[in-house]
Parts: sequence; C-alpha cells; structure tokens
Amino acid sequence: MGAAFNFTALKTIWIKECTRFLRIWVQTLVPPAITMTLYFVIFGSIVGERIGEMSGRPYMEFIVPGLIMMSVITNSYSNVASSFFSAKFQRNIEEMLVAPVSTPVIIAGYVGGGLARAMIVAVIVTCVSFAFVENVSINHLGILVLTVLLTSTLFSLAGLINAVYAKTFDDISIVPTFVLTPLTYLGGVFFSVSLLPGVWETIARVNPILYMVNAFRYGFLGVSDVNVGVALGVIVAFNLVFFVTAYTLLQRGVGIRS
Amino acid sequence: MKALSIKQLRKTYKGGFEALKGIDLEVEEGDFFALLGPNGAGKSTTIGIISSLVNKTSGEVNVFGYDLDTQLVDLKRQIGLVPQEFNFNQFETVRQIVVNQAGYYGVSRQVAHERAEHYLKQLGLWDKRDAAARMLSGGMKRRLMIARALLHEPRLLILDEPTAGVDIELRRSMWDYLEEINKQGITIILTTHYLEEAESLCRNIAIIDQGTIVENTSIKRLLATLNRETFILDLARDDDAALTPQLEGFTMRQVDEHTIEVEVEKSQGLNPVFEQLSAQKINVLSMRNKANRLEELFVDLVERGRAKQTTAGAK
Repeated sequence: MGAAFNFTALKTIWIKECTRFLRIWVQTLVPPAITMTLYFVIFGSIVGERIGEMSGRPYMEFIVPGLIMMSVITNSYSNVASSFFSAKFQRNIEEMLVAPVSTPVIIAGYVGGGLARAMIVAVIVTCVSFAFVENVSINHLGILVLTVLLTSTLFSLAGLINAVYAKTFDDISIVPTFVLTPLTYLGGVFFSVSLLPGVWETIARVNPILYMVNAFRYGFLGVSDVNVGVALGVIVAFNLVFFVTAYTLLQRGVGIRS
Repeated sequence: MKALSIKQLRKTYKGGFEALKGIDLEVEEGDFFALLGPNGAGKSTTIGIISSLVNKTSGEVNVFGYDLDTQLVDLKRQIGLVPQEFNFNQFETVRQIVVNQAGYYGVSRQVAHERAEHYLKQLGLWDKRDAAARMLSGGMKRRLMIARALLHEPRLLILDEPTAGVDIELRRSMWDYLEEINKQGITIILTTHYLEEAESLCRNIAIIDQGTIVENTSIKRLLATLNRETFILDLARDDDAALTPQLEGFTMRQVDEHTIEVEVEKSQGLNPVFEQLSAQKINVLSMRNKANRLEELFVDLVERGRAKQTTAGAK
C-alpha cells in the first residue's frame, strides 16, 4: 500500500481525534489548567515558601517540570483510552476495521491524537506556571522536547492497550486511579528522590515515571536525580515494549474482532 | 467474474457455538443477491467474515478474485458495508462521518468532500450535513450508513437489513436507489427479513439456516417451485341473501361474513374459483395473497432443512 494512502488514512484519524478533544475542550483542556493552578497555589506558593530550595532551585521552580509532565502523562493516557474505548463501545471502530487501514497507522493516528492533546495541555500548564514563577529557563531544549514527546507517546500507547482490554468504562479509570496517579506522585514530581531514606530511594528508582520527570526537569532546569542518558533509554525501551504489545493486540483483533 | 466466492467457510465462536458449518456461496458480478435466513442463521457472521470484522475458523473467501487471507487490503477496497446496527460516532456530524470514512480508504480530503456532497444529495441528507448524527431520524441514519459505504466507490455493496425500522415510503425510495446503483454496475448483497424486499429487488437468492445453505438459486426458479398459494377473497352479494360460498375441489375457510381463504394448487388455477362463486351469484370485490409468495417458500425450505438435519443427527 502506498505512502500517500497511509498518509491520508493517518491524517484522517489524527484530524478525527483532534476534533474530538477540541469539541469537548471544557472536559479536556480546562481541567488541567485548573488542577495545575491549584497545585502551584498550594504546593508552590503556600507550602513551597516554607520548604525553600530543592536540588538547589526554589521549590516553585523545581515542581514546574514535574507538574507539566504529570499533565502530559494523564492527558495522553486518558485521551487515547477514552477515545478508543468509546469507538469500541459505539462500534465505530468498525469503520476503520472494514477499511484497508493498517495496524501501525491506526496506532499512529490514536497516539497522534494523544500527543496533540498532551502538547496543548503542556503549553497551557507552562503558561499557568508563568504566573507563579519569575524565571522559567530552558537548559536543554532538545532533551526537553524529546522527553515530552517520548513520554506522551508512551502513555498514549499505554492508554490504547488499556482500552483494548477494557470491557466497561470503569476499566479505563482503574489504571489511572490505582497505578498512574500513585506512580506519578512517587515519581519525583514534588521532591528529589535523593531525600528518600536508603531502601525507599532504591524502590523509587524502579518507578519508570521517575526517569521521565527527571529527564524533563533536566531539559528545563539542568538538574536530575538520574542519568539523563539512562532515563531516555528507559523511556525508549518502554515505548518499544508498548508499541509491540499494542500492535500484537490489534493485529490479533483482541477485544475488537470476534 | 465472481464478485464473491466462498468455499467451505466455517466459524466456531469461543464457547463452541458453530455459526457456519462449511458454506459454499458464489455471487456473480453485477448481481443483486439476497441472503436470507431466520435470526441466528449465520447471515451476519458470513457478512462479518467477508468484511473482516469476524475471524473465520477455516475456509476460503474471495472478492473479485482477491483472497481474504493473502490480499486483504485489495479485498477491503472492493467492499462497502452497511451494517445492521448504527455504528457511527453519534457526536460527529453527517459530513464528518462520510468524509472520515473515505479517508480510511485513502481518498483525499478534497475528493472526499466532493463525493460527500454528491452522495448526501442523492440520499436526501445534504440539508443535514452539519447536524450531529444523533439528531437524525432512524431512516436518515440508515441512509447515512449507505452514503458512508459508497464514498470510496466500492464494487460490492453489502447491506445487512438496511430497511429495518424504516417506514414504507422511505423503504420504497431506498429500493429505487439501490436498484439504480445496481444498474450502474455495483454488485449488491442484501440480507433482509422483508421477503417482499428480496422478491422485488433481487435476482438470486441463498437461504441459510443453522449455519448451512439450504437453497441457492434464482428467485424466478425458486418461485416456480411454489405449488400452492393461499388467497384471501373479499366477497359480496347483489341481493340480501346470506353469504355462504361453497367451493368444490378447494380447501376453503370462511374468515368472517364477507371474507374467505382459499388454497389454490398451481395446476388448478383461479378460474374455477371465480366461476363457482359467480354461479352462486357472489361477487369478488378484491383478492390478495395471504402471505408473500417467497415467505411461504422460505418457511417451507427452512423447515425441510431442519428436518433433514434432525434426521441426519438421529442417524
């Protein structure tokens, strides 16, 4: 099948996905702005002033990259999970299944939708942070962009895998509530893992979100609890595993073909 | 050329239910073909496999020479599917639904918009192009699914009960439209519960029951096998005498004071009925078939098929 065909199909899925989350912008784009404003007010302004510095930076400045990454993770995940599950639930996924759209194009289209929403939310949260932080400097733009794109792709793929297995709407909220949120909170968004006592620091380093938050923080502030090369390697490895999983599931028709 | 060729197609669902027990089916290019069967007979499974929504257990499927196993992409391009249930995103607009569907087939957005205008106008949906699909009436939703299936200009259109729940006027206009596109060269496979629909639209027919094809022939040939029909006659007398018709050589049942049901063998013809009634000074005001002719055959074939399977099972 030609590249032009694949590009048209990919563009169609991507436009459809973007149209979907933009149509319901009050549900998709406004809540992250409100939530992150509250985080900045409570953890940054009120609690942060008493904390002082973290990793040699004012606490408010320290949490900015983590909060942006937190928004990126939750929005990438929930966008793809809810969109793909709704398509399954309403059976309009069949529109794609009867057409000659290849599995990688379907995956890329949905991931593209997740990326678009996550990037818009990241810009919104960054703008919100300007109201609280005087100097938002960028230490390494390349690492910053690469980390945010890879992380968003990773969680878009994870959301897709969740939606493939989900049978009810409850099933797509279980992972964010019981897995994603705890891992994000323990992933160094609000603190440096070097503050954790011995064994807890070792445990914390098993959490993949720690590597994403720190690589992103390095891109912003130039500080990180982990080696940035290792962090990027971990993110790429997870991306590969999740892509192969999503591809295998869709190719076999798990949850979508009888 | 064969538009569709199915050989020994089998489908066993998880849990062991055998929906298709090795069916063979061929549909010629340009045909208007009816696939009939009672609920749960295997019609939707067959259509699901052809359109790759259902994984087959074994067997071969070819569409215009393209093999389902080895040339899936080319095969999919040939088919337009109108499923039984509404399966579009209810929150998208009519135009978004059809344009997106074309995009999945690699049709550029500009061409898709042009075709969308053409088909939506033909199907009377152009005024609703920017309305959300959920705001459409049932009949409009059915027509939207036909427009969506046609946008990539398939050679084979498969319609799974397209007129279910559609009022008579709209059903007739859909029949006209389907006949028109069939004349333009699109092969059509139709499943329906309205046997009148199959009789008036289709040239060839397959009847499927319990996962096996019990009949596969032309509608004309099938109707020629009908030996007996039941007619309902509305009667009246010129005088005030009681209406007590007598028909020798026919099985007759008086439904009410002015209506009778008469079973007529093909060899008998209707003339003797009219002659006898006329001799009794009874006028026939109107006459109609008790059931659709195809319906009588359908019931008969399905019953015979089941009896055959029961006998084979007992052996």
